[in-house]
Amino acid sequence: MSEVLLDVRGLEAGYGHSRVLFGIDLQVPVAGVTALLGANGAGKTTTLRALCGMVRRQGQVTFAGRRIDTFATEDIVRLGVAHVPDGRGTFAGLSAEENLRMGACTRTDKAGVREDFERLYEYFPRLKERRHQQAGTLSGGEQQMLAIARALMLRPRLLLMDEPSFGLAPNVVQDIFRIMRRVRDEQRVAILLVEQNAGLALDLADTAYLLETGRIVLHGPAAAVRNNEAVHAAYLGGEIA
Amino acid sequence: MNTLLPQLAAGLATGGIYASLALALVMVYRSTHHVNFAQGEMAMFCTFIASLLIEAGWPYWAAFAATVAIAFALGAAIEAVLIRRLRHAPVLSTVVVFVALLVILHSISGWLFGYAIRSFPSPFPEAGTGGGLVSAHQLGAVGMTLAMLLVVYLFFRHSPLGLQMRATAENPVSSRLVGVRVDRMLALGWGLAGAIGAVAGMMIAPVVFLDVHMMSGVLVYAFAAAVLGGIGSAPGAVIGGFIVGVLENLVGTYVVGAELKLTVALVLIIAVLVARPNGLFGKAVVVRV
Repeated sequence: MSEVLLDVRGLEAGYGHSRVLFGIDLQVPVAGVTALLGANGAGKTTTLRALCGMVRRQGQVTFAGRRIDTFATEDIVRLGVAHVPDGRGTFAGLSAEENLRMGACTRTDKAGVREDFERLYEYFPRLKERRHQQAGTLSGGEQQMLAIARALMLRPRLLLMDEPSFGLAPNVVQDIFRIMRRVRDEQRVAILLVEQNAGLALDLADTAYLLETGRIVLHGPAAAVRNNEAVHAAYLGGEIA
Repeated sequence: MNTLLPQLAAGLATGGIYASLALALVMVYRSTHHVNFAQGEMAMFCTFIASLLIEAGWPYWAAFAATVAIAFALGAAIEAVLIRRLRHAPVLSTVVVFVALLVILHSISGWLFGYAIRSFPSPFPEAGTGGGLVSAHQLGAVGMTLAMLLVVYLFFRHSPLGLQMRATAENPVSSRLVGVRVDRMLALGWGLAGAIGAVAGMMIAPVVFLDVHMMSGVLVYAFAAAVLGGIGSAPGAVIGGFIVGVLENLVGTYVVGAELKLTVALVLIIAVLVARPNGLFGKAVVVRV
C-alpha cells in the first residue's frame, strides 16, 4: 500500500435535520484513482461536499498529514484539493479561458500557469478552439471538459470528481475518460472519482469503495470489487463475463 | 430653437453626474446582485466628511483622496457587518435593510452635520468654457465620470482581482471551489462602490449644494440610468446617465415642465423594466444544459 494522501475516519454529514453519511472511513493514496461507487442517493456527492467543507460535517479528515475537517472550503482548495462539482459549476457568463484562469486564481507562479494552459489546451483542443466563447454556450460535454480543466489549473494534489459522465452522450463520455486516463498517467495527482457508472469507473480505478445509504459496505482493489457478485448484480448489470 | 443646444449641453452635464452614482449602483449589483437604495445617502455622508476636512484647512485634493479612502472603508464595513448576514435572506428582507440603511444614514448625517444647507467647493476653475454652454465644473464632473468608468472597466476586464469579482458575483459556490475568498470579494465590491459614490457626491455637491437631502432626487435618476443601461453594465450605466440627463432636460423644458421632471425618470424605469428588462447594454446570460 502506497502512502496515504487523504485519510477519512468516521465522516458524518447531512443537510438540515436529515443525515446522509453515517461514519465513513476512506483512504486515498498519493497517486492513482480511487473510485467511490453507489446508487443514486447513497451519499457520493455528499461525501465529496463534506470533504471540502461545503456541508456541515463531523469526523476526522486528514489531508497530507493535516487535519482539514474544520477548514473552510477555500482554505482546503488552497492546500491543493480541486473539485469538479456536481453540475460542473461553470461560470456561465465568463469565457472558457476566464474559467480556466479562475482555476489558477490562487497560484502565484505565472510561468507554471502558462505551462498548464498549454498542457490543458493540448488535452482539450476543443476548449482551445472555444476559449473566447461564453462558457454557458458550450455543449454539455465541453462544459464537463472545462470543469475538469479548471480543476487541473490549480495543479492539485487531490482531484475530486463528481460524476464526469453524467448526462453526456456515450462517445463524449469515452473522450472524457480517455483524457482522464492521460491525466492519471501523466500528472502527479490523486483522483477520487464518484461515479454511478460502475463499469466505467472500475476500468480507470486502482481501488474502489462501495457506498450504500451513507455507509461504506465494501472496499478493495478495483478488480476484486468488479468480481464481487453482489456488486455485479447490483451495479454492473448481470452476468460475470 | 436657440434654447435646444444649451438644454442639450445641460442635460449631458447633469447626466454625467447621474452616471457617476449609477456606476456605484452597478458596482454593488455586480458584486452582490443587490440594488443598494442607500448608495446616495452613503455618498452624501462622505461628502459631509470631505466638507469638514476642507473646512479644517485641508487642500481640496488631499480631502478628496482621504474621503475616497474613508468611503471605501465605510462601504466595506457595511458589507462585512450588515449585508453579509443577509446572504441567505429573501430579497424582501434585503430591500427592507437597504431602506433602513438609507433612513439611518440620513438621520445620522442630520444629527452629526445639521440640516443647514452648505456650499461645497469645486476643484475646477470658476471661469466658463465651451462657449459658455457648460461650466468648467460640469465639464470636469463629466470628465471625472468618464475616468471612473475607464478605471472600472479596466479593473473588471483586465485585472485578476476584477475577474475574481465577476466570478464571485456569478457563482459564489464555484468561486469557493477554486479558492476565492468570497467574503473579501463582496466587501471589496461594496468598498469600491462606496468610493465611486463619494466621488459622485463631491461632484454633485457644488451643483445642488450640500445638505442631507441632496441625493433624494439624484438617486432616482441614477436608478433610471442604471436600469436603462442594464444594471450589470458599467458602460451601460454611464450612457444611461447621459440619456436620462438629456431626456430629463428636453422633456422637462418642452413637454411636461419642470415640476414633472422626476416623473420622467420614474416612467423611464417602468418602461425599461417592462419592455427590455436587461436594459440597453445588459446581457442576458445564455446557458445550455
